[in-house]
Amino acid sequence: MSVLEITGLRKSFLQDAGRTEVLGGVDLVVGEGEFVSLLGPSGSGKSTLLSLIGGLEGPDAGELRIAGELAGSRPGPAAYMPQQAALLPWRTVQGNIELALRIAGREKAEARRLAEEGLQRLGLERYARAYPHVLSGGMQQRISFLRALLSPQPLMLLDEPFGALDALTRQEMQQWLLSLWEQDRRSVLFVTHSIEEALMLSDRILVLSTPPATIVRELQVPFPRPRSEKLWSEPRFGELKAELYAALRSEH
Amino acid sequence: MDSSRLPLRKAPGSGSAAARLRAVWPPLLVLAAMLLVWEAAVRLSSVEAWLVPAPSAIVQDAWDARERLAEHTVATLRLTLLGFAGGTAAGFGLAALLHLLPFVRSGVYPLLVLSQNVPLIALGPLLVVWFGFGLLPKLLLVMLVCFFPVCVAMLGGLRGGEPALERYMRMIGAGRWRRFISLELPGSITHLFSGLKLAASYSVTGAVVAEWIGSEKGLGIFMLLSSKGFKTSLVFAGVAIVVTLSLLLFAAVTEAERLTVRWRPRKEGTE
Ligand SMILES: Nc1ncnc2c1ncn2[C@@H]1O[C@H](COP(=O)(O)OP(=O)(O)OP(=O)(O)O)[C@@H](O)[C@H]1O
Ligand SMILES: [Mg+2]
Repeated sequence: MSVLEITGLRKSFLQDAGRTEVLGGVDLVVGEGEFVSLLGPSGSGKSTLLSLIGGLEGPDAGELRIAGELAGSRPGPAAYMPQQAALLPWRTVQGNIELALRIAGREKAEARRLAEEGLQRLGLERYARAYPHVLSGGMQQRISFLRALLSPQPLMLLDEPFGALDALTRQEMQQWLLSLWEQDRRSVLFVTHSIEEALMLSDRILVLSTPPATIVRELQVPFPRPRSEKLWSEPRFGELKAELYAALRSEH
Repeated sequence: MDSSRLPLRKAPGSGSAAARLRAVWPPLLVLAAMLLVWEAAVRLSSVEAWLVPAPSAIVQDAWDARERLAEHTVATLRLTLLGFAGGTAAGFGLAALLHLLPFVRSGVYPLLVLSQNVPLIALGPLLVVWFGFGLLPKLLLVMLVCFFPVCVAMLGGLRGGEPALERYMRMIGAGRWRRFISLELPGSITHLFSGLKLAASYSVTGAVVAEWIGSEKGLGIFMLLSSKGFKTSLVFAGVAIVVTLSLLLFAAVTEAERLTVRWRPRKEGTE
């Protein structure tokens, strides 16, 4: 069974110029343990799509099912990692992780144990008692990712998680996330602007058109796992990159 | 990929006690110098003691009247603290309630902001008409001056959260009450403290004025009677005590904030 199943999804917003249709019939599926990237021009409705999955808004038409359940029927159906780390500044690193786990329904003691173990496993235990403002941007995103990783939901939504980082940190974070994900194989829907990032991380890539957005291109990423930065120099990598670039370009 | 390459940034402005002491010295020196000049000026000129008494005379007279002064100070302090506690608690409670009822809030909030321009102290005589000369009208006056700054600051703070945090909390399924407790309340705590500081400054003044309106005890009535009896040195002593109480209450709120708000890099200090 697929973890996420979206069919015929439409969504429009009332803007000053009248009603604009942002999503114009989107179909997509994320399988169990699959890493799917969503590429699309700015304003194509990627964050809107995630809001609909999270149940923050209702669709105008179409259906979203997370692990078989209709979106909106249960709060917080997916773990979430936004572009800004979204750590509560008044909670320590561990406190932030525990809160997310508590909201997801874990018992207090269990949330504590999971947070401690998670930080330890990733070698981040010395940040456990630190407040977010003393951490660098990259470190905040690690905590934010760990928090999503530890959440019990079957699906993870990542909305441009490295978009605010500098190029070098961004590459480090990609490799870090890759190695972690390859151990865990959670189901992921990953939103990004970066073609290389999508190719490096994903099993499958979907390209979204400009609004009203539909999926205009679907690409199965052929590289075997575990992957590493060596991928960058492979000719096939360059070819696929050019292909995706062309698909995105034609959407502008 | 090595996490030790991303070191903890040092929390700025972890101001030591020694540094704070160093900041306190210069103004204290200036104050002492001013008192000396005052003393000398009074002694060298022939100004009457009932007009401008010398600092030494003020201290002497205050010492002689220490028992009465202590009694009045206790009365004023009690009124101040009761009013401060009651007024700020009411302000906090109403702000929370209005925040959770957005429709009521949209009607009440503009009026609350407007009402800050009402000179509350002028309501004193009205309160006496309604509630007589007991503790109640005075307490209500102090509560009123403490209520508004806290209520308005809290309402602003509860609304002023970061949209990205709000979105995150909703996405992971945090309900209304959870967002209020875990996101909006802690997010407005610095606003709460700026409201509390205003209330602290107003509360002692409010108490003194309330005592002018009608009271047997308290620094307000003590200063009024001393002034009528040309015991100017005792008026000065009363003023000094009122200023000290004000400062102490303000310092207590500031210290409470310092102990509560640990997460934000402090603005003052070295960076
Ligand atoms: N609540 C809303 N009300 C009105 N318009 C909205 C709302 N949410 C999104 N939109 C509009 O929908 C469009 C898509 O926005 P969205 O944030 O989903 O794009 P995006 O693909 O995530 O863009 P980016 O890559 O820049 O993050 C934008 O034009 C935006 O103005
Ligand atoms: Mg977006």
